[in-house]
Amino acid sequence: MISMAARSSTRWRFRQPSVIPGFGLALGVTLAWLTIIVLIPLSGLLWRSSGLGWSKFVELALDERTVNALTISFGTAFIAAVVNLVFGVLLAWVLVRYRFPGKRVIDAMVDLPFALPTAVAGIALTTLYAPNGWIGSLLAPLGIKIAFTPAGIVVALIFVGLPFVVRTVQPIMEEIDKEVEEAAATLGATRFQTISRVLLPGLLPAGLTGFALAFARGVGEYGSVIFIAGNLPYVSEIAPLLIVIRLEEFNYPAATAIAAVMLLLSFMMLLVINVIQAWSRRRYGYGA
Amino acid sequence: MAHDAGYAPDTLVTAATSETRLSRVVLTIVALGFVALFLLLPLATVFIEAFRKGAAEFFTALGDPETFAAIRLTLLVAGIAVPLNLVFGVAAAWAIAKFEFKGKAFLTTLIDLPFSVSPVISGLVFVLLFSSHSLLGPILQSYGIQILFAVPGLVLATVFVTFPFVARELIPLMQEQGTADEEAALSLGATGWQTFWHVTLPNIKWGLLYGVLLCNARAMGEFGAVSVVSGHIRGQTNTMPLQVEILYNEYNFVAAFAVAALLALLALVTLVLKTALELRYSDEIAASRRH
Amino acid sequence: MEVRVQNIRKEFGRFPALEDVSLDIRSGELIALLGPSGSGKTTLLRLVAGLESPTEGTIFFGDEDASKKTVQERNIGFVFQHYALFRHMTVLDNVAFGLKVRPAKRRPAAADIRRRALDLLELVQLSGLEKRYPAQLSGGQRQRVALARAMAVEPNVLLLDEPFGALDAQVRKELRRWLREIHDRTGHTTIFVTHDQEEALELADRVVVMSKGAIEQVGTPDEIYDHPVSPFVYGFIGQSNCLDVTLANGEIWHEDRPIGLRAGNEPDGAAALYFRPHDVELIDGCGGCLAGLVTASRRVAGTRHLELDLGRTHPPVEIELPPERAASTDHTRIAFRPTRWKLFRKGGRKEAPPIEAEAPVLAATGT
Repeated sequence: MISMAARSSTRWRFRQPSVIPGFGLALGVTLAWLTIIVLIPLSGLLWRSSGLGWSKFVELALDERTVNALTISFGTAFIAAVVNLVFGVLLAWVLVRYRFPGKRVIDAMVDLPFALPTAVAGIALTTLYAPNGWIGSLLAPLGIKIAFTPAGIVVALIFVGLPFVVRTVQPIMEEIDKEVEEAAATLGATRFQTISRVLLPGLLPAGLTGFALAFARGVGEYGSVIFIAGNLPYVSEIAPLLIVIRLEEFNYPAATAIAAVMLLLSFMMLLVINVIQAWSRRRYGYGA
Repeated sequence: MAHDAGYAPDTLVTAATSETRLSRVVLTIVALGFVALFLLLPLATVFIEAFRKGAAEFFTALGDPETFAAIRLTLLVAGIAVPLNLVFGVAAAWAIAKFEFKGKAFLTTLIDLPFSVSPVISGLVFVLLFSSHSLLGPILQSYGIQILFAVPGLVLATVFVTFPFVARELIPLMQEQGTADEEAALSLGATGWQTFWHVTLPNIKWGLLYGVLLCNARAMGEFGAVSVVSGHIRGQTNTMPLQVEILYNEYNFVAAFAVAALLALLALVTLVLKTALELRYSDEIAASRRH
Repeated sequence: MEVRVQNIRKEFGRFPALEDVSLDIRSGELIALLGPSGSGKTTLLRLVAGLESPTEGTIFFGDEDASKKTVQERNIGFVFQHYALFRHMTVLDNVAFGLKVRPAKRRPAAADIRRRALDLLELVQLSGLEKRYPAQLSGGQRQRVALARAMAVEPNVLLLDEPFGALDAQVRKELRRWLREIHDRTGHTTIFVTHDQEEALELADRVVVMSKGAIEQVGTPDEIYDHPVSPFVYGFIGQSNCLDVTLANGEIWHEDRPIGLRAGNEPDGAAALYFRPHDVELIDGCGGCLAGLVTASRRVAGTRHLELDLGRTHPPVEIELPPERAASTDHTRIAFRPTRWKLFRKGGRKEAPPIEAEAPVLAATGT
């Protein structure tokens, strides 16, 4: 025992010994498939964009229309993620803590944006929020226009991102120890103080993770947005749409450059999520 | 509307660990209002618009040969992409959950990669790979193999975006279950395949079904990625979501929403099955709440 | 502060958790609520805290009716079984929480809050750890943070729910002694819940033994151990033997013979005889005694434990003897007699059985 442990700690070993068979086959299939489907195509993109050369890449990335589209994509995704953070946490709270008729149905419906094809969501939201739609016609007299403006993009991204926040926060909320709330109450905290100072800060890591997931999804979203956005260049044209437009113009370098910038930013967000989680786990002993 | 969450109706106690009745009601109404505004109303709109001119129009719209071709193509693409990712997902989960090896965490991250890529970019990478300006495109074309603007391209893009679903569901589940069952079977003389079929598979079947369900929903509903590689050839490379877009842009709203209603129905069936699995087999589904 | 519980009844749905419980706790006392699980001890503690509301009855803090107040208004300190520390706050912020959430009028200045929290951390011997998070502490340290946090609000009464329940044996013993010291130094009226009798008897000024939603006995540890007032207390606290006996003409009979103990003026009839394993003496030649075959013999530290078979109808009786007295008793028949014992009359279940006066020393009977 001891000599084995000593050996394995001193000698580098690709895998721990195991009696379970099939490692080579399983890992082989995994790596082959991963390489063919994901790694080669993605590195193709990176190769293409590096082939542009630095100055050309910068020129394409800093093109005014491109910068505008990226700003709109990230800006609307950010706003939608903030809205989703607030209402997602509230919705999760209501689903975890309160009882009301139809609760199970509502809980299941939260996943609708995961299941409903984005194009379907897009045309439905457009019909609803267009000036002659049910909601749009209520807002039109107030001078509020949603569809075919950046606000419409936000609406679509709220739809798409909501489950990310709810489903990240909900399990953490379910695990809240009732004793912690009671402890706050015995120490004299009002209900509002208990929620704002004890419960919500405890949900912060999960909330931030959900926010980041919703944000990342919003940035890349295409199907639900293009119908409602109006797609006016410089006003309501999102970055993924601009990629499609450049592709249709056979302007592959521009499409590649925009995609590379988006990927870069998305990976940075992924990194941020992981850092948040690791930090939270190290400090508080729990993550999200 | 809101009820007390199971405490005795003593007012003092309620104050300790719950909100006042009024705030409960208000919070519930606000939350449900949000759900209605952003989730329920859009869903209802799909069906209302589809039947706006009556059931006859609805079925006529679906009977259109191009729409019919779109439905067939969607089933074909999903029918290829889902089994491929099923096999891959099981293999990946087996390698990652049952063994300890260097670089495991990195491999897990790579598997999740397609989730963090915009669907449009997922399509774009295949265009860059197979277009006539690329390295591979002309070579394949010389052999008469058409990838872009044809079924293979649609399948590739769909496989890419649905890549992580099965693996993601199975990995945590199989990690939780550990290797004790397999070791027991092996010690009793079972071969590797026997162990997999008779021990592992029964343990993961509900989790597997759950992953396949989500994978299939996405495969049939994917829009952005397939839109880029499809070329929008009517009756040939239009999947259902693409057909929705075309009909909608032609102001043929009833037909667009009729196809959309079919897709919405698929989404609802998915949700019902998913919820049923979560309720009945919650122990046998790992990340039932995560995606 | 003095705490009086008057005729408290508590039902959860239809299930009665407490039935007509009354208890007076003196200011500065350290009281243990002791009982098996389901005895209602935690419910009583939570009622005093205000985390539950009584179905009937009142609770006084001093002369004030506390049962009209919410948990926030009662100003109590509650230490939870699993500590319930706020995970996202440092140790210092945890301790200071109760002061920070006070309304501005009653809230001390920030510097004062900090000083008080640091003082308390010193009191619980955690100086230097104030910047840590709960996840970075050991179980014992968390427990001490929880206690400091509860004491920070200068509570009327300090309530502890199984305070050492989640700790391992070694830490438990240390913390027990330490809690007693803290109590003696700060003088808070303290009530703690435990199912560990050793803990209750060692730590508390008075012990409240509870069973099935009612108080069985309230008394000092000595009273509880030496003078149990009910079969339940006798059986629950310490080791004891119980024999079915009959009374006839003031004499106690076991099966077909008198055992040499007198029961005063008790009327004849069936009764249960309770005695502790160590309260026995061996006798040579049995005129009136209990006699049994030794079926097992174990040496436990300074004493020898013998299991005796008194006849087929009884579970074995256990007695403890100095080792030299029991050196060669294996599978022999020995005669003995309890030196301290107690009779509980058998009768209706609920009515208090007439209790036979205890014979503190040997009830002499000639042979």
